[in-house]
Amino acid sequence: MDRVKSFVTAVFRDWMLLVGLILLATVFFMAASAPFLFPQPPDTMMGPPLQWPGQYPGAPLGTDGLGRNILAGLFYGAQVSLLVGFASVTVAMVFGILVGAYAGYYGGWIDNLLMRITELFQTIPQFMLAIVVVAVLGPSIQVIIFSLAVVSWPAIARLVRGEFMVLREKAYVQGCIVAGMSDRRIIFTQILPNAMSGVTVMSTIMIATAILMESALSFLGFGDPNVTTWGTMIGMGKNNLRDAWYIMTIPGIALLLTALALNLVGDGLNDYLNPRLRSQRGH
Amino acid sequence: MKPIRRRFPWAFLGKRLVYGALAMLAIAIINFFLLKLAPGDAAEALAGQAGTADPEYIAQLRAQFGLDQPLLSQLWAFLTRLATLDLGYSHVFNERVSTLILSRLPATLMLMGAAILIAVIGGIVFGVTAARYANRWPDRAISFVALLLYGTPPYWIGLMMILIFAVWLGWTPTSGMENVLAFHTGWDRVVDIAHHLILPALAQSIFYLAIYIRLVRAGMLEVLSLDFIRVARAKGISERRLAYRHALRNAVLPLVTVVGTNIGNFLGGAVLTETVFSWPGVGRLMFDAMFQRDLNLLLSILVLSSLFVIVANLIVDLLYAIINPTVELK
Repeated sequence: MDRVKSFVTAVFRDWMLLVGLILLATVFFMAASAPFLFPQPPDTMMGPPLQWPGQYPGAPLGTDGLGRNILAGLFYGAQVSLLVGFASVTVAMVFGILVGAYAGYYGGWIDNLLMRITELFQTIPQFMLAIVVVAVLGPSIQVIIFSLAVVSWPAIARLVRGEFMVLREKAYVQGCIVAGMSDRRIIFTQILPNAMSGVTVMSTIMIATAILMESALSFLGFGDPNVTTWGTMIGMGKNNLRDAWYIMTIPGIALLLTALALNLVGDGLNDYLNPRLRSQRGH
Repeated sequence: MKPIRRRFPWAFLGKRLVYGALAMLAIAIINFFLLKLAPGDAAEALAGQAGTADPEYIAQLRAQFGLDQPLLSQLWAFLTRLATLDLGYSHVFNERVSTLILSRLPATLMLMGAAILIAVIGGIVFGVTAARYANRWPDRAISFVALLLYGTPPYWIGLMMILIFAVWLGWTPTSGMENVLAFHTGWDRVVDIAHHLILPALAQSIFYLAIYIRLVRAGMLEVLSLDFIRVARAKGISERRLAYRHALRNAVLPLVTVVGTNIGNFLGGAVLTETVFSWPGVGRLMFDAMFQRDLNLLLSILVLSSLFVIVANLIVDLLYAIINPTVELK
């Protein structure tokens, strides 16, 4: 009976991972196919304004207050979300891994100094800091990626530091030191690969957070004015809350499903990469 | 059982205060230079609002605000003013900055407090329920909803709530903190504000509710498998009492720490919630300051927010030691 139960649980778990991967693949497909399916830029007027979904054949999901095709906006918005999410977390990973690895490996005053700086960045309210960076450097995709990386790296640094502090004491690392291997080589070729599973899981979930934060910046009007994003679409739809609520509802659902997909994949990866923790987590 | 008496951790407090002061200084300096990188300054923005780009007028404005001084003396002036809590004057809002922020603070604190309360209570109730029915349908349902909420954009859920509860159902007001035209006083005013508070507090809490449910659930599952629970169960204590009195106390401890680290994020999220609901708090003020390019005001809000986070974290650390006497404060 227990075996049946655990089998069902495992299928359910894999089923969630499967759903996550399918959703994520859909978003990637939308981003990649946008220019081919919708040759016109998403901010061009494609039909009469405020057409409800299914009302106007040229725009299956309707048009917004300026007659722009909402479906086209969704496809092009996927590009921005994925680009900003993956790029900002990649930058944050590089920086966070560097800081965390050196702090955890060397310990002592280096660790103390680096961790104080990390804490400093965690003390400033994240979203406020992101807004200020964007406001100061100007709203462009590059600046938004940078600003989200600035608020994301401390979490990675702390995780990597923790892993390094544990792994550093392992016999195989001590062996490398005795064998005369350079610190840099030990850090990057011996310890880092063993610390990567936690970082991978965390970064998947951080991509979701970054995508949500980018959309929030765009929603407030601090996004790149030259691109259509899901956040700007929601911000625009806010003005038609009463008479055309579908305008802000549709991109919101797209955001929700994308974040859900990344979280499902993160959970699935975690079970796959850390099977020992499987019994403790789970849902 | 008598509570363990312990001395008040003065040494810990002193050390943390010094760290906090140093962190404040570093944050103030970072913010100052960050904002100095901005293209254009308050004088240009003001001149733009007045509909002129006359260089003489801009220079005059600059001298008036001290923007023509060398950078280091500007920083020094900023830091000394900060130390005496004199944050200057906002020419955009025609009000002293400290007065401006203080007048907005109660609204934000109320919103944050309500949101934290909802997230913590909801997290405990749903988390404990999920753990008690682990891997059965109540657990599956709660965990799935938590997973959905975790990925929901908070400002979007706010808009959807306005649409459903205010526009369609008419249960709550759409925005604002109180019905100013009704001139409510006393108890009526409290009820009116509470009525306005429900939606923004809910919207603000959603994301953290999702986190706390997962956290409490995981903590409960761990504690429920321990020996002392088996002993309590053998004594014939009801499952509900077992969960809420025996297990929860131990499972809730990590939650206190997490709430503490989330305080800064609650404050940052207030920018969104307050903008969506026209809630007259610090977050909304920050949004306005950003659009008006009121640099000094912006700077003051950022620095004060960080100060708030530092103090809040210190309180949480002390609180944690009171709840859990096995923690040693160093």
